[in-house]
Amino acid sequence: MLRLVPAGAFLVLIGPVLAGLLGAALPAFGYLPAIGGKNLSLGPFGDLAAMPGLLRSCGLSLAIGLITTVISYAIVVLFIAGWRGTRLFGAMERLVSPLLSVPHAAAAFGLAFLIAPSGFLVRLVSPWLTGWDRPPDFLIVNDSLGLAMMAGLIVKEIPFLLLVSLAALPQIRAAQFGHVTASLGYGRIAGFVFGVLPALYRQIRLPVFAVLAYATSVVDVALILGPTTPPPLAVRVLQWQADPDLAMRFVAAAGALLQLAVTGLGLLVWVFGEKATARLCAVLYATGRRGKDDKVWRRLAVTLMSASAFIVLAGIALLALWSIAGLWRYPDLLPDSLTLGVWMRSLPGLTSPLINAVVIGISSSLAATAIALGALEYEARAGVTPTIRALVALYLPLLVPQIAFLLGLNVVFTWAYLDGRLVALVLVHLVFVFPYVLLSLADPWRAWDRRYGLMARALRHGPDAVFWRIRLPMLLRPVLTAAAVGFAVSIGLYLPTLMIGAGRWPTITTEAVALAAGGDRRVIGATALLQALLPFAGFALALGIPALLFRDRRAMRPAA
Amino acid sequence: MSDMDTAGAKTGLTLDKAEITLNGDRLAAVDAHISPGEILTVMGPSGSGKSTLLAYVAGFLDPVFSATGRIRLNGLDVTALPPERRGMGLLFQDPLLFPHLSVGGNLMFGLTPAIKGHAARHQAVEAALSYVGMDDFLDRDPATLSGGQRARVALMRTLLSKPEALLLDEPFSKLDTARRGQVRDLVFAEARQRGLPVLLVTHDAVDARAAGGPCIELA
Amino acid sequence: MLKTLSASLIMLAAAALPAYAADPDPKNWDAVLAEAEGQTVYFHAWGGETRINDYIAWAGRTVKERHGVRVVHVKVTDTAGVVSKILAEKAAGREAGGAVDLVWINGENFVALKDAGMLLDRPWASELPNYRFVDETGKPTVLTDFTVPVDGREAPWGMAKLVFFHDTAVLADPPKSAAALLDWAKANPGRFTYPQPPDFVGSSFLKQVLYELAPDPAVLTRPTDDETFKKATTQFFAYLDDLTPHLWRQGRAYPQNYGSMRQLLADSEVDITFAFNPADASNAIANNELPDTVRSYVFDAGTIANSHFLAIPFNANAKAGAMVLADFMMSPEAQARKQDPNVWGDPTVLDVAALAGDDRKRFEALDLGIATLPPEKLGLALLEPHTSWLKRLEIEWARRYGVNQ
Repeated sequence: MLRLVPAGAFLVLIGPVLAGLLGAALPAFGYLPAIGGKNLSLGPFGDLAAMPGLLRSCGLSLAIGLITTVISYAIVVLFIAGWRGTRLFGAMERLVSPLLSVPHAAAAFGLAFLIAPSGFLVRLVSPWLTGWDRPPDFLIVNDSLGLAMMAGLIVKEIPFLLLVSLAALPQIRAAQFGHVTASLGYGRIAGFVFGVLPALYRQIRLPVFAVLAYATSVVDVALILGPTTPPPLAVRVLQWQADPDLAMRFVAAAGALLQLAVTGLGLLVWVFGEKATARLCAVLYATGRRGKDDKVWRRLAVTLMSASAFIVLAGIALLALWSIAGLWRYPDLLPDSLTLGVWMRSLPGLTSPLINAVVIGISSSLAATAIALGALEYEARAGVTPTIRALVALYLPLLVPQIAFLLGLNVVFTWAYLDGRLVALVLVHLVFVFPYVLLSLADPWRAWDRRYGLMARALRHGPDAVFWRIRLPMLLRPVLTAAAVGFAVSIGLYLPTLMIGAGRWPTITTEAVALAAGGDRRVIGATALLQALLPFAGFALALGIPALLFRDRRAMRPAA
Repeated sequence: MSDMDTAGAKTGLTLDKAEITLNGDRLAAVDAHISPGEILTVMGPSGSGKSTLLAYVAGFLDPVFSATGRIRLNGLDVTALPPERRGMGLLFQDPLLFPHLSVGGNLMFGLTPAIKGHAARHQAVEAALSYVGMDDFLDRDPATLSGGQRARVALMRTLLSKPEALLLDEPFSKLDTARRGQVRDLVFAEARQRGLPVLLVTHDAVDARAAGGPCIELA
Repeated sequence: MLKTLSASLIMLAAAALPAYAADPDPKNWDAVLAEAEGQTVYFHAWGGETRINDYIAWAGRTVKERHGVRVVHVKVTDTAGVVSKILAEKAAGREAGGAVDLVWINGENFVALKDAGMLLDRPWASELPNYRFVDETGKPTVLTDFTVPVDGREAPWGMAKLVFFHDTAVLADPPKSAAALLDWAKANPGRFTYPQPPDFVGSSFLKQVLYELAPDPAVLTRPTDDETFKKATTQFFAYLDDLTPHLWRQGRAYPQNYGSMRQLLADSEVDITFAFNPADASNAIANNELPDTVRSYVFDAGTIANSHFLAIPFNANAKAGAMVLADFMMSPEAQARKQDPNVWGDPTVLDVAALAGDDRKRFEALDLGIATLPPEKLGLALLEPHTSWLKRLEIEWARRYGVNQ
């Protein structure tokens, strides 16, 4: 039975993606009989190449993806290196963790209102200081270089990278290494970078890849904050996809494959970057410099970290204020009046989408957690290590841009009469949820001290008893955290829910995105808060349940 | 289980031409018999394969190694049995008390299923605690115990599982010098009293001397 | 016993089979009503405005009470997504039991579905009982959707006309022609923009300007070619070249849709916006989105007008139910309520003058709101150009301004 789990997981992950990719590849080569494409040709790629500004769109996607990843990773590393083990570090950890549940789009809307020329920061100093009676005509949001978009992505990726790093630190015995490097006379940051980072990076490498793939192909944040003349590639693919001229579907399909290539190129560049950095570090190593005077860097780290947390929190607080605002025009710092109108109007219609979201989220995250546990347990018992093939399967749904395979997948599901069915929807969610669950779970699961298991076996308990009575309870916190991560991912899924759900299963996210199309910040604020509430509750439970169960077990508490 | 002994079989733990290789290189080879109550010490520097040998005897050998020879316990060939059916009690240098269970829970997990009934099982656990001078520790969080207390709980947990042999993997090396002697004496005394053959792997010559039995040096 | 069992088995089998039965015939309306009862209609419609969603919810409740038809509003962000869904079903060979029963649609998306044979293939809409009130002569856009004959393949639902809005507190006398707009923009740089084509409203602005600047606007209603297009748009693109540097953000960024453009007016970033709903500003004032100093106006030479419709896909699961809903949506009762700016403010497709007393009074009693122009002041209606123009306009725009670095 357990034997079948890895193969099953493999099918669940790779099957839909391959089916979807095939569904995208055929029209990309001109085949889509439903609208008259009956022969294979390279025509769609020719039409794609003729699209104005195509290269710039690709360049934007690539650059935004790489820069976003480098900066968020650097901030996280600097901060961990400079402040691990301090009181401030613990406080920041508690502050940043909940930010993971803020939807990307909500954070982007918040940021946009914060930094726009008519936004909150300008209002703070206008017109009394700046003299701006009207908002100045500065291109800040939607700037051509994508700076605002990168900022919006960075502030959301920092919490993710920080949390995966924190989960990995205890396994690599970072604290002990820290003592060693300190005793050799290295500064905090230098000691961390030379002594701990290589091991840490190995642990979080795949999540970093996921960030890179996401940032090169993100749509919602790009629509809100990104450049528009032209937009990054993923947005353009979506636009071609939405073109009323059905012949543009061929171009969209070709664009989807191009997006796949751009994301792949980004990963390739990153891997080369890894090699170069390793070389550079080896050179620095050899100098024997201790980097003792790292005060500036430590301050920089804490400044950037707090700034990113502040941006998300302030953005959310402002959206919350918008959701109850009356008229609120430039340059008023606060609304004229407060009203619950939007909440009263929206809430009745949002109860069933909330329930749907919870049902789908719980089903898919629990299924994903169960499969992940099965696969990991099989791996442990059979003594096999994950193969390249398995890793590719795992990462395919994260690395392949959603728009690249959803249309094709939609055809497959429709053909099987599965669209609009809950089971199909949960299955599609599973495709996206599972990689994140396995990602969050695999490292703590594998890092578990196997001698506990040997001990339990020697105490005459079989492997099943060891799993249920020792390993699972000991790892309850990471298991529930992984399930909560999966739940959050499920709640955030928009395109798959809409397409495969065929409108039968509206969730809080499909409703929020639909309502956001109207552009009313009040409605956006209200739905974004509701949208953030669910994952937040999930994370709270994931931390609360083990804390309650093991309240008298000191060694079960999260490492301070 | 010892009543399954075949006629003429020796009681005790037998390593019959046990040999472990890694990629064709011989790592450790032992051919020995340990009588009940006897302690065989295997010494060697780290990396000499002594822990691998112990894992082989216990049934946990990592599949990267290959092994030949047979392991017999009280005449029964256990070489092909899974660890939970071998009857080998195990102690590591870390006590490895399960952190999510209380002290009592740890002992209960170890206690052999042969003792049935809530009251009887409870009593067995309490008696074991009392035996090592730790009455009233039943509901304690293992994380709050001292090093010596943890070692004693770990020993009792193993003994409660009614092992037929003890395998010790540097079990005293993490204790401070004051405790080390006490715990070592307790473990050895229990093993002798219960007539358990003991395989001790260590790099500490003091352990070997205190064991008082035969000693094999691995290079 | 055995007989009833086999009878129910046959019924079960019939229910399980996709409905290959003949499509409902609106001329036999009682049969349609009977078939519709108990059906669930999945109505795919843009869900970006709470008040529109509320109106649809009201219509659903009413149709449920009166005809036993359950309506589920599938809120979409983009009608193209619905087209994709129907296309996926067609590609998968699903000829019946489709996910979409009724879709809110017009223009290019309608043309795409019609041309690809993905609409219910009969003039069902003009056969609906309430169609007799539709104003075919006064509102010709109900007959040709972007110059393509409707042929009864979609039921008229509402009228749209490009209407401009300005904040009288900062701009008392707004520019009412393309030329005046350019002069005003030069004098007030950064205070005007339009949604980035191919956004529907943004493209409509382009068409609006093209009508004024094309040497012979009559060519716009006919299919175009390279030659005609170039001749008709030379002046138009010269105009845009002039205008663009004076746009909001110097044309280096554009709002993505009219909702975000309205937000720009609310934030005082721009002074003029426009929408296809004449009551948009009144609604926004009522919702605290805009100050009550905002008013509507139209261009002197008229503005682009079109209609929006309800269509049934070829493979809809609940065609009878969809017809019942579409018919109700055309009823004087539903149309009058829709035109009420406190509800939605979307102008009716009916000929109000020809309605019977009570129904007419429903319309006459409406208070259109402070910022809404009455129908007679909405000015001339410019017909949508042929869709071939739009396609070329969008491509050329993207080439010239969409990669403007």
